[in-house]
Amino acid sequence: MAGFQFFLEVLVTGLLSGVMYALVALGFVLIYKASGVFNFAQGAMVFFAALSFVGFMELGAPFWLALPITVGLMALLGVGIERFVLRPLVNQHEITLLMATIGLTFVIEGLAQLVWGVEVRRLDLGIKDQPLPWLADNTGLFISQIDIFAAVVAGVLVATLALVFSRTKIGRALRAVADDHAAALSIGIPLKRIWALVWAIAGVVALVAGMLWGARSGVQFALVFVALKALPVLIIGGFTSVPGVIVAGLIVGAAEKLAEVYIGPMVGGGIESWFPYVLAILFLLVRPEGLFGEKIIRRV
Amino acid sequence: MFYREAGQFRTSYGQDGQIFPLRQDRWAMLALLAAAVLVVPMVASDYWLRALLIPWLIFSLVALGQNILTGYAGQLSLGSAGFMAVGAFACYNFMLRVDGMPFLVALVLSGLCAAAVGMAFGLPSLRIRGLYLAVATLAAQFFIVWALDKFGWFKNNDPSGVITAQPIVILGMGFNTPQEKYLLVLGIVVVLALLAKNMARGATGRAWMAVRDMDVAAEVMGLPLMRTKLQAFAISSFYCGVGGALFAFAYLGTVEPSAFTIDMSFRILFMIIIGGVGTILGSFLGAGFILLLPIFLSVLFHAVAGKTVDASITSAVELIVFGALIIVFLIVEPHGLARLWQLTKERLRLWPFPH
Repeated sequence: MAGFQFFLEVLVTGLLSGVMYALVALGFVLIYKASGVFNFAQGAMVFFAALSFVGFMELGAPFWLALPITVGLMALLGVGIERFVLRPLVNQHEITLLMATIGLTFVIEGLAQLVWGVEVRRLDLGIKDQPLPWLADNTGLFISQIDIFAAVVAGVLVATLALVFSRTKIGRALRAVADDHAAALSIGIPLKRIWALVWAIAGVVALVAGMLWGARSGVQFALVFVALKALPVLIIGGFTSVPGVIVAGLIVGAAEKLAEVYIGPMVGGGIESWFPYVLAILFLLVRPEGLFGEKIIRRV
Repeated sequence: MFYREAGQFRTSYGQDGQIFPLRQDRWAMLALLAAAVLVVPMVASDYWLRALLIPWLIFSLVALGQNILTGYAGQLSLGSAGFMAVGAFACYNFMLRVDGMPFLVALVLSGLCAAAVGMAFGLPSLRIRGLYLAVATLAAQFFIVWALDKFGWFKNNDPSGVITAQPIVILGMGFNTPQEKYLLVLGIVVVLALLAKNMARGATGRAWMAVRDMDVAAEVMGLPLMRTKLQAFAISSFYCGVGGALFAFAYLGTVEPSAFTIDMSFRILFMIIIGGVGTILGSFLGAGFILLLPIFLSVLFHAVAGKTVDASITSAVELIVFGALIIVFLIVEPHGLARLWQLTKERLRLWPFPH
């Protein structure tokens, strides 16, 4: 019985960490859906957002003030990126755009280091990183409160985004742009404004992800590499699907933890670094477009 | 006025198929090679040779490999540092476990090992393309470095984790001084670059470019897609593997998995993007640019801001300038430095006339 309980614990922890990956990957998906650009700088944006939030709080701003300021900052960053980096490169090859976003990663990392310094900071959201008491008492599972909070926040975020996409006018415009740029332009949707909006939203999503990650493991430079972990999530879920990202995040998180715990000891551990990627490759061989992605039809 | 082909006639098929059809180009290339072989070892300081010229040549070789895969064959790959690691460790192990193994033979064998690994990780390219393939090659990068670290056999079960590479001895001559290492690396790079140029000009290169531009159409035309893609992976990994072996033996002097990080893979990709995708010259120019840029930036920064600035601030500014420069380059000249050189040559042909 203890074995199964342990398994459940590992599973649930994995699922919850998967939710975190999904949050980061959500920013990728939003931008890719709307503008076809793979924003490699999303990880750096997560790091920068978390760092700015903590920085503002350290400068004296209380929680309820620092939050909107950082939201505004990230929105501004997103709009600026779209205007100065993406717009001059519109219609270029996807590798060129990818390289531009990698260059952007360096810029944002350097900016974060320049403005806020290099020390690791703690992010205090007011939630203790301790197991939920009643859950532990009733079922014997030890699951951290922060992880549960993160899952709830992620759920609310995804639900909000889904509502915005399906019920509002802006959401319809976003979906139209994601579907076909030229057609959206031809019916009068202001493409540049939509792109700026999408990048701003991605910046805010990065902030949410950054705050949750920072609360869990401190705001440190390693946060940038979380973006690399989000790549398998994107591949398994499909680059253009929001629910796919959530499902894939859960799969990747759970699989990674389970593999590390059960297969890891056989080969000396450290599997976490490459297991999600191998999983992604296996998925790709079976379903090249990801679980929920659009089928890629290539014509000659 | 001087860079004209008037009066130069090509009277045989061999002459028509030269790499440098213009006499001026041939002379310039010979002069460059002569300077590189004869003048540089005598004039350049040890620092220049050890810290600038040797890594430039080595990274040009690796960038050549990356260019073959990403520039000519269109398969986006982020695993070049991993293949370098395979080459480095294979060379070390061949020299270690086979008594009397000649260095050059070990080099070729390590390249072949890297080629085999490259083909294995290139298999997904038969089903997936573009960004997805980049992630598959990322898997290669992480997995290779993890495996080389985890299984002590590769490191001869050395507890310290840092293994010294064996000294290079070819035909009884030791290659220990920076000048000797430089000449060895130069020779290998020149031979392999010539090979790459001829491959790129020939049917192999044309097949790669067809696959890059539209692989479905290429397959319809009759190109064996699997063979072409795997060949590109194999040859590219061969170059990366040889480059990695030289990196460990002729540059660092040690063999360790942690030297071949994902950061290096990205730098190599930057080298070919900035140098010019799909060109041989671009690999050399891009490698030089990426290697020299941090040095240039730090020198500039110290000159402008003086020594009173904190190290973290200088490194932060270097990061920002590096990233910004890459973005600016991509916006202004997406075809890279090689294209700028081409435009310069065309201007030279017209000089002193404007058009």
